[in-house]
Amino acid sequence: MSATDIHDPNRRDFLYVATGMAAVVGAGAVAWPFIDQMRPDASTLALASVEVDVASLQPGSSLIVKWRGKPVVVRNRTEKEMKDGEAVNLADLKDPIARNANLPSDAPATDANRTTPGKEAWMVMVQVCTHLGCIPLGQEGDFGGWFCPCHGSQYDTAGRIRKGPAPENMAIPVFKFISDTKILIG
Amino acid sequence: MKKILTSLALLGLVVAGTAAFAAEEEHNAAAPTHFPINEPKEMSWSFSGPFGTYDKGQLQRGFKVYKEVCSACHSMNLVAFRTLQGPTGLGYSEAQIKSLAASYTIHDGPNDAGDMFDRPGKPSDYFPAPFPNEQAAASANGGAAPPDMSLLAKARGVERGFPQFVFDIFTQYDAGGPDYIHSLLTGYDQTPPAGMVIPEGTHYNPYFMSGVSLKMPKPLSDGQVTYDDGAPQTVDQYSRDVATFLAWAAEPHMEERKKTGFRVLFFLLAFGILVYLTKRRVWADVAH
Amino acid sequence: MSEGHSTYTPKTGIERWFDARMPLPRLIHDSFVSYPVPRNLNYMWTFGGILSIMLVAQILTGIVLAMHYTSDTNLAFDSVEKIMRDVNSGWLLRYMHANGASFFFIAVYLHIFRGLFYGSYKAPRELLWILGCIIYLLMMATGFMGYVLPWGQMSFWGATVITGFFSAIPLVGNWIQQLLLGGFAVDDPTLNRFFALHYLLPFMIAGVVVLHIWALHVVGQSNPTGIEVKSKTDTVAFTPYATIKDAFGMIVFLFVFAYFVFYLPNYLGHADNYIVANPLKTPAHIVPEWYFLPFYAILRAITFNVGPINSKLGGVLCMFGAIVMLFLVPWLDTSKVRSAVYRPWYKLFFWLFVADAILLGWLGSQPAEGAYVFMAQMATLFYFAFFLIILPVLGLIETPRRLPNSITEAVLEKNKGGSGHPAGATAAPQTKG
Repeated sequence: MSATDIHDPNRRDFLYVATGMAAVVGAGAVAWPFIDQMRPDASTLALASVEVDVASLQPGSSLIVKWRGKPVVVRNRTEKEMKDGEAVNLADLKDPIARNANLPSDAPATDANRTTPGKEAWMVMVQVCTHLGCIPLGQEGDFGGWFCPCHGSQYDTAGRIRKGPAPENMAIPVFKFISDTKILIG
Repeated sequence: MKKILTSLALLGLVVAGTAAFAAEEEHNAAAPTHFPINEPKEMSWSFSGPFGTYDKGQLQRGFKVYKEVCSACHSMNLVAFRTLQGPTGLGYSEAQIKSLAASYTIHDGPNDAGDMFDRPGKPSDYFPAPFPNEQAAASANGGAAPPDMSLLAKARGVERGFPQFVFDIFTQYDAGGPDYIHSLLTGYDQTPPAGMVIPEGTHYNPYFMSGVSLKMPKPLSDGQVTYDDGAPQTVDQYSRDVATFLAWAAEPHMEERKKTGFRVLFFLLAFGILVYLTKRRVWADVAH
Repeated sequence: MSEGHSTYTPKTGIERWFDARMPLPRLIHDSFVSYPVPRNLNYMWTFGGILSIMLVAQILTGIVLAMHYTSDTNLAFDSVEKIMRDVNSGWLLRYMHANGASFFFIAVYLHIFRGLFYGSYKAPRELLWILGCIIYLLMMATGFMGYVLPWGQMSFWGATVITGFFSAIPLVGNWIQQLLLGGFAVDDPTLNRFFALHYLLPFMIAGVVVLHIWALHVVGQSNPTGIEVKSKTDTVAFTPYATIKDAFGMIVFLFVFAYFVFYLPNYLGHADNYIVANPLKTPAHIVPEWYFLPFYAILRAITFNVGPINSKLGGVLCMFGAIVMLFLVPWLDTSKVRSAVYRPWYKLFFWLFVADAILLGWLGSQPAEGAYVFMAQMATLFYFAFFLIILPVLGLIETPRRLPNSITEAVLEKNKGGSGHPAGATAAPQTKG
C-alpha cells in the first residue's frame, strides 16, 4: 500500500503473472468436468458381455447379436470359405494386421489369426465397415465375404479389406468358446 | 458493518423470542402433535466432517445386515452390484462381486423364443426387488409398501429447527438421515405413555417421524446377524452399520466429493489472496 | 456516459479492419475497459458481476445435465440418480446446478437489498430497476420449474400447490390451471413443458440482462453517496479497477458456494425430494425452496375473507402484490435523497424491512398453525406498510443529513485523518492505470 513498493516493477510483475496463471489453472480445472461428463458413463462401461448359443448354426450360416450397441456376426464358415481365406497371400492384403482383440496388436492378418485356435471355421467379428460405420452385407462382393453398400468396400471370407475405401480389416472383439456350442463375447 | 451486526442481533432476538413462544404450546404426552416424539440421537460417524471417509469394514457389515434382514422387504433398485466393488464401493474384489451377483436370480428376457427366464446375476445388474411391484409389496406388509432403500439416508431427516440449522452450516452436519435410521432401529421396545392409542398392527417408536407408531415391527435383535470381524453383535451396532451402508448407498461419491472440495477450497483461498493483493496494488494510487 | 466519445483507438491492422466493418472490439472496450465507474463503489456493487457468472454457470451446467436427463415421469427420477451415480463428474455438475440456483438467489437478494439501501432505483434508473425486477420474476419461474424436474415428492407437490394459485382466479381459474398443467393434475405433459420452459427461460434472462446492462451503461452506476458523477475525478476506468474488485468479490462468493457444493450439497434442499413423486400421497409438510419462503408465508397469512375476496384468492393476490411492490418502488419512495447513508430514519426502517423479510422466510418454513399464523400476518402487514406507507411518507417528513458536494469530496472526507495516503494519490485517477 505504501508508495515505495509501487516502484518495484519485479514484484508487481510477479504478482500479476502469478494471478493470471492461477486464473488459467482455475479455468482449466473447471472446464474438465464439463468434458469429462461426455465420456461413456459407468453403467455403459459395465455393460455385460453377451453369451451366444451357436448349437444350431450349420456351416454356411450366420447369426448376428448386439454387443455394446453394435452388430457382431457369428459365422460358421464353409470349407470353401476357409480355403479361400487361407489361400490369400499376405502381401496382397491392404491391411496386413489381424485386428484381433484376442491377439497382440501387431499380429499378421493370416486366416488363423482372424479366428481362434481349434475353431478356425468360426468367424466372430464386429460387422461394421471400417470406412464410415455402415453395416456390410454378408456373402456378397468379389471376394465372397462382405460387401458394404454405402461406399463399395469389399471384404474377404475372413473379413479382411480387399478393395474399396475402407482402411482396415473388420475388428474381432474379445471372445472365447466357453463350451463347444457357447461363445462369450466381451 | 457494526450496524449490520446490530441488526442481525436484533433479528436474532425476535426469532428466538418467537421460537420460545411457539415452544410454550401445551404438551400432552399421550396425544403428541409433533413428530418424532424424540429427536434423533446424534451419533459420531466416520463419514462426517470435511475429511470423512466410509469405514470399509463397517460398510461390509452394514451390507450383511441389509442382505440378511432388510432385503426381505426393502428393495434397493438404484444400486448395481458393480458399484460395491473396489475403493469407491465396499472394497470387494472383482471376483467377490461376480460371485455375489451370481448368488442373485435376475428375471430377464424375452429370449429368442419370446419367453421370460431367470438367470444368475451379473455385476452390471441391480439388486432385485423382493416384491414384483409396489402393490404386492403393500399388500404383503399390511398396506404400507416398505420404502426403497437406495436413497433412504438422504430421504429421511428431522427438521433441525432454529438456531441449530445455523450451527449445522459450520459443523457440516450431514448425517440427518443416518442419525434418524439409527435412532429408529434402536427405538423399539419402549412403553408408550399411558393413554396413548397405538393403532392395531403398528408398533410404537418415539423416533418415527410421521406418527406415534409404524407398520414395520422391530427388525433387528441382538445376535441375529453373525459378524466375522469381531464387532459386537448388538442391535446398536447393527443399526450403526446398516445406517452407514445406507449412507454409502445414497451417496457413493461422498469421499470423492469431500476430497475434491478440499482441493477446490484450497485453490480458491490461494487464488483469492493473489487477486486481493493484485486488487490492492491496482487501487494503491486511488483513494476510494 | 455512453454518449461520451469513445476512447477506443484500434492499434493493429486486424482491429482497424474490424472497426470499419463491425465495431465489436470498440463496443467491448467502451463497455468493459474504459467505461467510467464511480471510484467509491463498495463490495455490494460486485454482485452484478457475481450474478453474471452465476447465470453463465447455471446455463452451462444446465445444458450438460440436459444431455443426461429424461423428462418422462417414469424415468425422470432415475435419470437424475443416474447422473448422481454413473455419469462422470455427474454428482458435481448436479450439485453445482442445484446449489447454484440457491446461490443465484442469494446474490440477487443482496443485489436487490443493495439497490433498496442506496436508492439505486430513483430517477433516472427506474427502467434499470424494472428490468431487474423482470429478471427476478423470470428467475423465480425458472427456479420453480427446475425444482419440478427431479420428480421427487417436493417437486410434484410444489408444482401442484403453485399451479393451484391460478385456480384462485374467479371464473377462469380452473381453465387456466388446466392449461398450465396440460391435464387435471401434474403429470407427464406438465413435466415435459416445464423441462422445455426451464431450458428456454435462462436464455430469456440472458436477453433481459443485456437490456439491464444497456440501461445501466446509459445512466451510469449509482454509488454509496447517491450523488451523480460530476467530473472525471469522480470515476475510475472499469478495467482494471472494477474488474479486479469484481474478481475478488466473485472468488469470495464462489468460496462460500463451493463450501456448500462439496460439504453441504443437500443442506438447502429438502429430504423429501429424494423420494420419487407419488400423486396419491402428500408429504406431511410441504415447503417450497427457501428463496420462495417469504412469499409462501404471505400466501398462508391470509386466512380470512375480505368482502367478496375469499382467503385463497386474497393470499394469492397478496403474494403477487408483494412482488408488484418492487416494481413500484421508484414511485413509492418520495425522498429526494438516494442513499440511506444520509437518511437516518430510512436506514432504520430498511433494516427492519430486512429483518421482516428474513422473519417471513423463517415463518414460511414453519407449519401454519398457532402463533405462527398471527406472526406471519403481522410480518405481512409490515411488509406492505414499508412500501405503501413508510416509503412515501418518510420521504416527505424526514430531514436528511448534509450531502457532500461530490463523490470526490465524499472520498476525501472519508480518508481524512485515516490512513496516510500520499497527497498526490487523489489527483485525477481517471488518467492513471
